[in-house]
Amino acid sequence: MYGFRTLLYKEILRFWKVLFQTVMAPVLTALLYLLIFANVLGAHVQVYPGVSYTAFLMPGLVMMSILQNAFANGSSSLIQSKMNGNIVFVLLPPISNFEFFAAYLIASVVRGLVVGLGVLLVGLLFTDLDMAHPVWTLAFAILASAVFAAMGIVAGIWADKYDHLAGVQNFFIMPLTFLSGVFYSIHSLPAFWQTVSRYNPVFFMIDGFRYGFHGVSDVDPWLSLAVVLPAALISSWIALQLIRSGYKLRS
Amino acid sequence: MPPAIRLRALDKRYPAVHALRSVDLEVAQGEFFALLGPNGAGKTTLISVLAGLAKPTGGTAEVMGFDVVRQYREARSRLGVVPQELVYDAFFTVREMLRFQSGYFGLAHNDAWIDELLDKLSLADKANTYTRTLSGGMKRRLLVAQALVHKPPVIVLDEPTAGVDVGLRQSLWAFIHRLNGEGHTIMLTTHYLEEAEALCERVAMLKDGRVVALDRTANLLRTGAERRLELRLMPAMLPESLSRRLIERRGERFVLAMPDYTELEHVLAELRRAGIRIEEMELRQADLEDVFMKLTGQAT
Ligand SMILES: Nc1ncnc2c1ncn2[C@@H]1O[C@H](COP(=O)(O)OP(=O)(O)OP(=O)(O)O)[C@@H](O)[C@H]1O
Ligand SMILES: [Mg+2]
Repeated sequence: MYGFRTLLYKEILRFWKVLFQTVMAPVLTALLYLLIFANVLGAHVQVYPGVSYTAFLMPGLVMMSILQNAFANGSSSLIQSKMNGNIVFVLLPPISNFEFFAAYLIASVVRGLVVGLGVLLVGLLFTDLDMAHPVWTLAFAILASAVFAAMGIVAGIWADKYDHLAGVQNFFIMPLTFLSGVFYSIHSLPAFWQTVSRYNPVFFMIDGFRYGFHGVSDVDPWLSLAVVLPAALISSWIALQLIRSGYKLRS
Repeated sequence: MPPAIRLRALDKRYPAVHALRSVDLEVAQGEFFALLGPNGAGKTTLISVLAGLAKPTGGTAEVMGFDVVRQYREARSRLGVVPQELVYDAFFTVREMLRFQSGYFGLAHNDAWIDELLDKLSLADKANTYTRTLSGGMKRRLLVAQALVHKPPVIVLDEPTAGVDVGLRQSLWAFIHRLNGEGHTIMLTTHYLEEAEALCERVAMLKDGRVVALDRTANLLRTGAERRLELRLMPAMLPESLSRRLIERRGERFVLAMPDYTELEHVLAELRRAGIRIEEMELRQADLEDVFMKLTGQAT
């Protein structure tokens, strides 16, 4: 148990030591999106009655930052350790497979939430935001970041070089998060694309998260939960099995 | 009392290489043991299987009686491994690394022992330095310290002295010797055979994944390779009665096999009888390098 705590602490310290790159930079990126989109579209678009476009956009940006950073944390930590060979330091001790998985998962969730909180706090300087159902907000933040944290672990274990990881990030994670209703309501899309969006689990993460703030959403939050919770369990299970098998970690 | 290390028909195949071929090996608790062999013999692979870094494709491996696959937590907590590769985590300082390593093994308050390790391995003044700024030999010593944070009963060192300077090598061996004296079992690999000869009670030699020799160091030295007698003779000829001992002739120099020192008398008598004068004489004791060369077929 103490081994798990130490590994978790080390993983958190790892990104905390390079805060500028791992937290500040993504907060700034999200802020730029907020300024540009809110200024360009803010006056013309109103998605939900009584909710300004900036206020609509905020939860989407927060969730996008959470997801991308939760993914980036575990994946970059694992690939770095594999490339440098210092992964042996965590493979030699008597840390169980589950503890290993949990430490990387939770550290990544923490990174996602820290960045998300940063985006939220900075965003609040520019717009007011309600918090209609904080429990929903928190639940979706945690579950959704767990999904991407677990995917990050899988990608980090699978990748043999940084190139592989960049590929996953650019061709899978980015499209998935961008085409999910961060910047718009799917009701504003043509019927075909509405249908496509409903197959993207990230849509449900953002929609449910948004419900927590505005109290309105495109779909019922329970439906979103019914998508996101199994997604978290399945992706975690896959990551855990991969660690158990020793795939690319123990030859 | 279970042996510190027990390998039974241990087999490891990589896709392209059969790295370990049915290796049987037992190292008793408290032994100082050397694993020798040429590059690619399988030494690191054997250690990797013990440490759980590689999965065996056949047979079993145990550390202090615990199977490294089925009882991996018990086995790993009793094992300290110094890896061959010079690896380090650039994010952290020396002390941070040692604290993490202690924590991974379940030790919360280990600073007294960490300080002692730093002191014994001459790293005390580097405690708060980032590991990437250490020299190669310092990184090696940090690896040794990391392997010892949990005072493991079994310590495996994969070329611990590669790249470490002479003075520190001495103190490193003194330290490892002390650990052995306190009851820790030591298994090491090295390409400095004098080190193995001086330190290790027992030696296994590996070649192409097979154990080609396994004995007490003294026995290997006695029986493994012949002692040699090198002579410069005047006139430069050898009596017929000694020709069966001849290994090599270089001009006036004759190299004779000398399995037993008691036979020296006989050789000298024969030479005197034939009226041949000895200009120079050198008796060379076989060392582990000779045995190694002979057994691993890397004869010169
Ligand atoms: N991860 C791996 N994948 C595939 N082949 C490997 C792997 N590790 C080692 N081998 C192969 O197994 C054989 C034994 O290698 P090993 O590293 O055990 O040798 P060694 O005795 O430690 O040599 P050295 O003295 O050079 O350290 C070699 O042929 C090597 O190429
Ligand atoms: Mg090796």
